[in-house]
Amino acid sequence: MSENTQPQEREPMFSAKVLKLLKNPFNLENPITVQVLGICSALAVTVQLKPAIVMALSVTIVTAFSNLIISALRNTIPSRIRIIVQLVVVATLVIIVDQVLKAYVYDVSKKLSVFVGLIITNCILMGRLEAFAMGNKPWPSFVDGIGNGLGYGLILVIVAFFRELLGSGKVLGMKIIPDFFYKIGYVDNGLMILPPMALITIGIIIWIQRSRSTELQEK
Amino acid sequence: MENLFNLFVRSIFIDNMIFAYFLGMCSYLAVSKTVKTSVGLGIAVTFVLLVTAPVNWLVDTYLLKPGALAWLSPDLADLDLSYLSFMIFIAVIAAIVQLVEMAVEKFSPSLYNALGIFLPLIAVNCAILGVALFVQERDYHSIAEVTVYAGGSGIGWFLAIASLAAIREKITYSHIPKPLRGLGITFIITGLMAIAFMSFMGIKI
Repeated sequence: MSENTQPQEREPMFSAKVLKLLKNPFNLENPITVQVLGICSALAVTVQLKPAIVMALSVTIVTAFSNLIISALRNTIPSRIRIIVQLVVVATLVIIVDQVLKAYVYDVSKKLSVFVGLIITNCILMGRLEAFAMGNKPWPSFVDGIGNGLGYGLILVIVAFFRELLGSGKVLGMKIIPDFFYKIGYVDNGLMILPPMALITIGIIIWIQRSRSTELQEK
Repeated sequence: MENLFNLFVRSIFIDNMIFAYFLGMCSYLAVSKTVKTSVGLGIAVTFVLLVTAPVNWLVDTYLLKPGALAWLSPDLADLDLSYLSFMIFIAVIAAIVQLVEMAVEKFSPSLYNALGIFLPLIAVNCAILGVALFVQERDYHSIAEVTVYAGGSGIGWFLAIASLAAIREKITYSHIPKPLRGLGITFIITGLMAIAFMSFMGIKI
């Protein structure tokens, strides 16, 4: 990471290194299943797909722009007060996102309730700011933010998809499972709507991911 | 009084911060490897909640709510600063955590040694901001209610992390499929514990 801070030859916008920043969070450096960041506000919004998508987009925007801003300011922030500075930048961005959501998708904003505000304390943000943006140039940091936001969003969408499908037989509010199934005795699994199943679904995702990529396994 | 007791029990068992709202999960998963450290963190979280939640409630009621500034002058009665609440809350929390850290260091070095490393972490613990935002959303009416709710939430969080740590200490001896070791099994255990906690639902005192 630190080699990026030294002055170097002008790189193309999408060099291999930058593309890797975008791609890694989807699998080997996934914020949720590998780095264990940002679980706090993630799970409660995955009952249905729509709030999950909105949440994923909001987090991506906030992560990308806070990474960009902090990285641009990184040489002027005194290290003693950096946490407060980071929190203020993040809080400002979250306020903007919250106001936009309230203005354009009010019903989703009501459903997300306090969890939009909790993006501020989402560990992905602080984690990426501390680990990446403080030591890298603005453009790679921006890309890193987008990558991590989308990696986080991917897990959110997967969990929400299965919870909505199995819990209420719908995807994005539309009935998917045909009536015929219900007639021959299929029943929606009410347990999937309840909070505990979000945790167990993530546990299963981790299980599948780690059986595929054995280098992630813990001893 | 009955109402307060009811709120207290509700916030520990039914509206448990971890099992019902998943707040404070990051430190919950990261620090729950041994019982001793998790007990330390649990106490620190409860303590900080007890201080920050009432302060944030006061700030919200007398500064931020629509019309809250009316006590200052009647002209300000239709001012609504609630869009600033995220920033003010997190600033209050960060400042109080710093203050608490300094006070504990000065007056009780032994407690400081026990909690020391955890205190700075708590500023970014979602449970703290979560409680402040829930208090705002649910419109609690008196400072007694807020304090009781914050205390209950803290104790609930403490119970959750201490019991998970105890389970994780035992589970090191069991035979778990390799890909599931560590993080995966912890998620599933938490899910099962949450299902157990759901049996408290509907209890009213």
